[in-house]
Amino acid sequence: MTTRVEQALPPRRRDLAPILLVPLVALAALPLVGSLSTWVTLTLAGLAMGMIIFIIASGLTLVFGLMDVLNFGHGAFISIGAYTAAVLAPSLSGLIRADSLALNLIALLALIALAMAVTGVLGYAFERIIIMPVYRQHLKQILVTIGGLIVAEQIIIAVFGPVLIVLPLPTAFRGSLVFGDIAIERYRLIAVVVGLVIFAAMVLILDRTRIGLLIRAGVENGEMVEALGYHIRRLFAGVFIAGSALAGLGGVMWGFYREALTPGMGMDVMVLVFIVVVIGGLGSVGGCFIGSLLVAVVANYTGFLAPKLALGSNILLMALILLWRSRGLYPVAKR
Amino acid sequence: MSERAPLLTLNGVNTHIGPYHILQGVDLEVPRGALTMLLGRNGAGKTTTLRTIMGLWHASAGSVRFDGADITAWATPDIARAGIAYVPENMGIFADLTVRENLLLAARSGPIDAARLRWIFGLFPALEKFWLLAAGVLSGGQKQMLSIARAIIEPRKLFLIDEPTKGLAPAIIANMIAAFHELKKSSDTTILVVEQNFLFAKSLGDAVAVMDNGRVVHAGAMTALVADRDLQQRLLGLSLDRNQ
Repeated sequence: MTTRVEQALPPRRRDLAPILLVPLVALAALPLVGSLSTWVTLTLAGLAMGMIIFIIASGLTLVFGLMDVLNFGHGAFISIGAYTAAVLAPSLSGLIRADSLALNLIALLALIALAMAVTGVLGYAFERIIIMPVYRQHLKQILVTIGGLIVAEQIIIAVFGPVLIVLPLPTAFRGSLVFGDIAIERYRLIAVVVGLVIFAAMVLILDRTRIGLLIRAGVENGEMVEALGYHIRRLFAGVFIAGSALAGLGGVMWGFYREALTPGMGMDVMVLVFIVVVIGGLGSVGGCFIGSLLVAVVANYTGFLAPKLALGSNILLMALILLWRSRGLYPVAKR
Repeated sequence: MSERAPLLTLNGVNTHIGPYHILQGVDLEVPRGALTMLLGRNGAGKTTTLRTIMGLWHASAGSVRFDGADITAWATPDIARAGIAYVPENMGIFADLTVRENLLLAARSGPIDAARLRWIFGLFPALEKFWLLAAGVLSGGQKQMLSIARAIIEPRKLFLIDEPTKGLAPAIIANMIAAFHELKKSSDTTILVVEQNFLFAKSLGDAVAVMDNGRVVHAGAMTALVADRDLQQRLLGLSLDRNQ
């Protein structure tokens, strides 16, 4: 409800410093890169990659923040999402091969929806069978979720073989849009749009709905949420399903980005995802968003300017962020 | 005090926390429509009693009956939905949520009732002033006000409030006493308050129970305890003199 004070009070002060990090890093990189067109290409590629990382990591940060569960099994849902798309893509080949953006988008959305449904259902089973017995037991969580990840990877190898599987981009997503000397890959623009839509949806849900309020409150103090009359275990299950489905969505986007799938693709990206979650602040969706963009653009600039440092750039970035803010960019109150 | 059946009854309640046997047969009756004070020294088991009633710790023996139902093994959310509101010792406010969001969450049945909110603003004006601020930036007293406001944002049958005056300045305690008087006047509800501050307790309590070593060692009318200095001395010891 609205009261007179609601209109009279100034809005809450926002902590803008972390938001400024990405543009500051980008501006700092401009003179080092030298060429404007190269800088734009690197920056947009980094933002697109960052959006995909965000989609994958946002589910993990919610699960980590709300449930205090360190879920290494998250990587399995990335792989499963991508492989689900690969399995179902041939049945949509008419839409995928059509030289029509609209038909290609329909195919992509259908694959995303199916992959999210599959990973959501598997996520529910994973939470009930694997996670539930080890709540509040961090060491066991690490062991059983890594075990789950390994089992999922081996099942994929048993079904699809250890070889690389090609996942070709829909026709209209291939190629680049060229503006003077600047070339922007079409699929990266789509990744940016999908990432922004997911981010906006998550912010809206967390800020404007009762479920969102419950999730934010549960991240801080689950016991008090229960004392107010809400079943936090049901909320846990719902968030885990959503987190797994988001990993599945990320897997589809990541698979199309690479146009190739490997059984270990989920495990490979998990290190990056954990770095993002730590940088952002455990449980913080806003922090995860900025952390994803930051990690991706820094990796791109470093890969271009000093390829030998590229591997360590994210570790260095995480160290610097944690020296500045020891609990991440946007720490959640309880942690 | 009401002659009706008690709203809440604990019979021989035992609670273990890990290897520790905290409640060792608590018998307690909370009369309807009255404010009952649960007193006792630190470690007597008062907070554990409230947490056991709320199902945050489960009784290993004995029973908890609320409004005719045996709630001993119920889950905490079901106990809350049966009509019990709980204000924990640490206040349990959600620091990252605004004052408004904290209250919205507590109003389970839907939008906050405007008249009820005005009544709460009358009790705790600071909450109106800081309506859109994150609760984490409130002072200790304001956080306590918010935690109580959250409990009373909708009518409940029973309020469990754990040490509402803990760490508060005398002026804030006086404000809290006034708010509790108003709460008693304005709603037909039952309140069980854990308290260390006897001045606060005797100014508000209709009934009193005193705990020691995980048991209730005295129960009766507050007026009887206030009038009997020997009983006060025996039950509450020297700390009482400081509080008077």
